[in-house]
This record gives sequence, C-alpha cells and structure tokens, in this order.
Amino acid sequence: MKAPAFHYERPSSRAEAFALLAQHGDEARVLAGGQSLMPILNMRLASPAVLVDINAIDNLAGISVAGDVLTVGAMTRHYQVAESAEIARHLPLIAEAMRHVAHAAIRNRGTFGGNLAMADPASEMPACCIALDAVMVIESAKGPRKLAAEQFFRGIFETALEPDELLVAVEFPIGQPGWRHGFMEFARRQGDYAIVGSAARFLVKQRRVADCRLVFFGVGDRPIRVQAAERTLCGPPPFAEAAATASAALAAELPEFADSLATAEMRHHLARVLFGRIITPFTADLD
Amino acid sequence: MDEMRHVTLTVNGEPVSRPVPVRLSLVDFLRGDLGLTGTHVGCEHGVCGACTVRLDGRIVRGCLMLAVQADGAAVETIEGVSDSGEINGLQDEFRNRNALQCGFCTPGILLTANELIRQGRVLTREDVREHLSGNVCRCTGYQAIVDAVMAAASRGSTP
Repeated sequence: MKAPAFHYERPSSRAEAFALLAQHGDEARVLAGGQSLMPILNMRLASPAVLVDINAIDNLAGISVAGDVLTVGAMTRHYQVAESAEIARHLPLIAEAMRHVAHAAIRNRGTFGGNLAMADPASEMPACCIALDAVMVIESAKGPRKLAAEQFFRGIFETALEPDELLVAVEFPIGQPGWRHGFMEFARRQGDYAIVGSAARFLVKQRRVADCRLVFFGVGDRPIRVQAAERTLCGPPPFAEAAATASAALAAELPEFADSLATAEMRHHLARVLFGRIITPFTADLD
Repeated sequence: MDEMRHVTLTVNGEPVSRPVPVRLSLVDFLRGDLGLTGTHVGCEHGVCGACTVRLDGRIVRGCLMLAVQADGAAVETIEGVSDSGEINGLQDEFRNRNALQCGFCTPGILLTANELIRQGRVLTREDVREHLSGNVCRCTGYQAIVDAVMAAASRGSTP
C-alpha cells in the first residue's frame, strides 16, 4: 500500500527539529533512514500527522574517538558503521553484528540511531549497545541528557525517549584491554530479524572470566541481559562446569516469548545452542 | 488534497524539477511521474528488492524513501545503467545463463549484483548469495542468478 497523508517538515538544524517535536508532540514521528518507519507507514500501521525528516541536519552523522569514548552519531548509516576502521578496531562486536543487520540496500540508507530509537526487540544493535555498556545521548529543546543503554529500551518499539526528544548519538566506552566478544544469531534468511540472537563480551584474566556481559535478543519485548548466567560464568573454575550450570539455568532468566516464528520453548532451546557456540571458542583459554 | 513540495534532482544524469505529493514514494515518482517503469513495485515494505535504485551512488529501496527526500540527489535507475553500458557484461551473463524467467525481480537484482561486482573483491558464491539476500526471485532461479553474477565478476568488470 501507500503511505497515508501527513504534513512533512525538513528542519535544517537541531534547534529547529527540537522546536517541531515540542510543538507536535505525540502527533509527530521522526524520519531518519526510514527503513522501519516507511514500511510501517506503507502498511498503514501508523498514521502520524507530521513527519519530521532529520536527514538535512548537519552534525548528526559520523564516528569519532576522543580519549576512552567512541561516539557514533545517530544519523550514521549502517554501511558507514560496517566500513569504519575505528569500529573494527575498537568495537569488533559491532563490526561482526553489523553483518547480520538487514540487506545491502537497507544498510545503505538505514541509520544507527534510527534503528535504536525504533527498538525492535529482534534487532541486533540494541543488544550490542547493552553488552558494550553504551550511553545514549538524548537531546531536546530543554537540553541534553544521557542514559545507559540498559535503561533506554522499555518494550516492543518502546524507549525512554519522550515525544519531544531526539536520540543524537551513542557513546561507547573503549580502551579497556582484555575484552573479547561473541555474537551469534539464528534467522530464517541472511539479513532477516533474528528469531534468537546473542551479543556477549568477556574480560579474560589469568585464564578466568573476570567480568562479562551476556545479552539475548528476539527472546522478549526488549534485549534481555542474563545476569545470573553472567555471575555463574565469573564464578569459581572449572569454567566448563560453570558454563554447563549457566546453560542449564538460562531459560529461567528468559521470558516466555512466542510468535508466528517460534514458540517460547524453541526460543529457549535456541538460546542455549547459541550460548554454547558463543562460549566454545573461549573454553580452550580458560581453566 | 495532498500536501505538495518542489523537488530538484537528477535522474539518470538529467535534471528534473517539479512538485510532488510529500507522501509519494521515490519508486512511484520514477514510474508514475517520469515513466521510468523499469524499476518495479513489489512488496512496498522493503522485503523484495524489486524497487532497487541507486541514490548518490549506492543502492536503496525505492519504496522506503519519499520522493521529496531525493531533493538534491542523483538517482539512477535500471534504464540509466543499462543505457550507459555500465551493466552490459552482467546483462550478457544473465541472458547466457537464463538467469531470469518472468524478469520482475531482474532490474533490482542487476543493480544489487552490480554494486557487489564494483567492489572489485574476489567473490565466492556465498558472497553473492549474501549480497543478493534482500532480493526475492519468485521464479526461484537463484542458481542461475548466482552463476551469472559469478561469471560477470570473473570477467573483471561489468562492461
């Protein structure tokens, strides 16, 4: 189908965009890359009165490193993240996961920030942001504020963003040596949203997991961090035993989430399988 | 009455300047307003890839962009890259290997495959399948399509 009628605004500055969002509130939707919003409009699942197209605003895109922080501007396109040498060097988890994000033509247009603000629970990047302890930089006419990624995702297509706010950038802590990552997902076709996926990272010290973050996506209404499993993996050796214990207890930490693609039971099974594949490469290096 | 907005862009190298309804998709603008019907409309929600066009040198979904958003951009369609000879080699291989049946998906697949070949990498069949994963062929002639893209890639360049 075709998109319903709307009023179109194309602000050329952040201030202009904030004023429009403050003015129109709930009636407005922000149009970034449009790779999720346009299907929603074409299928008439939403009919916002106003579209605020932020593609003409300068300084919302780009990847920069300053000290121990790597910043990705909200309007950075997926392909720019995928091709970035800084991302490959400092955030290999993002680089690997980006290969699973949609298809070439979609990555050319879709944006890093738009994907996060859409908050599809089966999307890769929200889980990566939580695994990497990212900080969301949010701005409105009232000024900027920052929020941990873990607090940002609230439910299916639901975030902590207020109607007058814009996600302008994401900050990643970098420069902590010793962290390694793992990423796995199960989807029906290359580039589809995951049925189940997992983003993880591990701090390996003296043949032990000193710290870790383990996040699943596609298993609930938002990315799910499994903290009991994380604690088990950081527990006393032998690691193989800790991993087996964590795997057996994994389902208890995951929601019961079923849809037309998979039952909750199948999702729990897939989560265990992917967990096993993520930790296998580490087991040889751990006691 | 639809809200209108004026757009100025180039399409296949030629300047275009006219008012468009703001809710009109880029693909409907190309087909309906400019008569460039080589770009097809399939699913209209970004899944099938039939509407693939090139925007400022990179392929995008024509159904997931508004025509007003192409203001100031350079858009190229299958007509443009076909007339310029850019994809002649790829087209030859599609003919040689019967890499199409009904042809509905073919313009999108040619533009997508061309982008991959232009990267100049040594390609495996897996690379081709991955890059074409966003283009659906309902005649399911995928083997021949991958054959044709591999053959065109091994020619070194598309012309």
